[in-house]
Amino acid sequence: MVHKAAASHIGACLSMADILAVLYGRVLRIDPQRPHWPDRDRYLLSKGHAAAIVYSALAERGFFPSEWLEQYCQDDGPLPGHISHVGVPGVEVSTGSLGHALPIAVGMALAAKQDGADWKVYVQMSDGECDEGSVWEAILFAAQAGLDNLVVVVDYNKIQSLDRVANVSELEPFADKWRAFRWSVVEVDGHDHDALTQALTSPPARQGRPSVIIAHTVKGKGVSFMEDTVAWHYRSPDADQLAKAVAELSA
Amino acid sequence: MRTAFIQALMDVAAADSRIQLVTADLGYSVVEGFAESFPTRFINCGVAEQLMAGMSAGMAMSGRVVFTYSIANFPTMRCLEQIRNDICYHNVPVKIVAVGGGLAYGAQGYTHHGIEDLAVMAVLPHMTVIAPGDPHEVRALVPQIAALDGPCYLRLGRGGEPVVHAPDAEIVLGKAAVLKIGTDVTLISTGAMLKPALDAVAALAAQGISAGLLSMHTVRPLDVGAIIEVARRTGNLVTVEEHVLAGGLGTMVADALLEAGVPARLKKYGIGAELHGVVGSQAYLRGLIGDLPAMVRSFVEAGR
Repeated sequence: MVHKAAASHIGACLSMADILAVLYGRVLRIDPQRPHWPDRDRYLLSKGHAAAIVYSALAERGFFPSEWLEQYCQDDGPLPGHISHVGVPGVEVSTGSLGHALPIAVGMALAAKQDGADWKVYVQMSDGECDEGSVWEAILFAAQAGLDNLVVVVDYNKIQSLDRVANVSELEPFADKWRAFRWSVVEVDGHDHDALTQALTSPPARQGRPSVIIAHTVKGKGVSFMEDTVAWHYRSPDADQLAKAVAELSA
Repeated sequence: MRTAFIQALMDVAAADSRIQLVTADLGYSVVEGFAESFPTRFINCGVAEQLMAGMSAGMAMSGRVVFTYSIANFPTMRCLEQIRNDICYHNVPVKIVAVGGGLAYGAQGYTHHGIEDLAVMAVLPHMTVIAPGDPHEVRALVPQIAALDGPCYLRLGRGGEPVVHAPDAEIVLGKAAVLKIGTDVTLISTGAMLKPALDAVAALAAQGISAGLLSMHTVRPLDVGAIIEVARRTGNLVTVEEHVLAGGLGTMVADALLEAGVPARLKKYGIGAELHGVVGSQAYLRGLIGDLPAMVRSFVEAGR
């Protein structure tokens, strides 16, 4: 679908594929027949440019027909390039500008706390978007509000739009920053399904604290010529590259 | 207006448990009563306006009606994209309240002058934009704002604005309030300029000019019918606002008249670039915009 649309961001999709597989396969309390079920878990994609893979997961889970995926980014199609809630069952919020979903998630988690409800809010963030000040506003306050029903997963592939994170605004010591902001922190291999499942289904290490799972990932994971390259943030696969990538991923 | 607002909000909150108040650490001597009456529904999120707007969207998506509260440009400009994407695009009931709109913060300087807010808020999808003219309008409009399904921006004064309306004056969201019917010219005022506009009408009457007055407390959706009616009656309109001339009420009224094909003369009383950086009280700065009755009088005489 990314090839057909000549779209970008395949690298950002592949780096979080395993995280998404675990969330939608094993973790999230959701019902495709009832996308607005009040007691569902909320999944918010904050790195809205990785919409394609979330649409795929939603179609796989039966939220909408998989034929929709062929219409990704097409004229009058249902699925825009950055994730949209408009007419797309299973999508909680529209994002695309970075640094928006965590504040929204804080509001949702607060509402759940007020109601005494047991649903959780999961936010998929990128490393690059941790440059945004709004992210740190929310990190600061989520701990203050004791939102232990809030779980952030950072797709930490160490590459942002134009360069490596280390060459732009280094996040390290990343885990220590979250700890200093009073969050529970778990670091995992973001491609290890069992480790992800363990991290995502365990209660926070300390009661009353929001959780972050720093998932160490490889951008473009699974496709040799895409892996860990800056170019595949924006590059769109041509027909040959698509065939080669599919062959590698199917192997 | 602040006092009228918080009292009206507390009345609404007492009857509707969905109402929440979120402040970005401002509202000293205003919000305390609400916080004491509804401790679980009052949230100070810290000096973090992007968070305030975003989390309020998340709360509204979860069944709340959320009022955000701060001063001048902080709850609007600082977090404009959160308002655009998170609140307006999702069409959720977050009501953004700015205290000290216009030149209310006078000598505090340009950072505290909320003078582009109406234009900016009025272009966002689903947004209702309200700038009450006096405490009576605030009291009447707050319950109507809370009952709206979608987002709303509410600009309040803070200059101890006097009550202008009669106690029984009916104020309806989206409908201009008619204070006076004139035959020579009609003033259309928004926000806290209502009292100066009313004073101007009286001064003009003493000079033999019959001026009408509308309080256009709802800027969006604009009451086009009321504008057309007074345009046809007097042919001369003067918009009166504490807002930059570009994109404000004057622009919206001109736009409405052109689209309706109603011929009328229009004069806009508002803030030009020459005011930026000038130090002075609200009254002083208003004086620099110009003498309203004199401006209206010369406008009417030039059209004769």
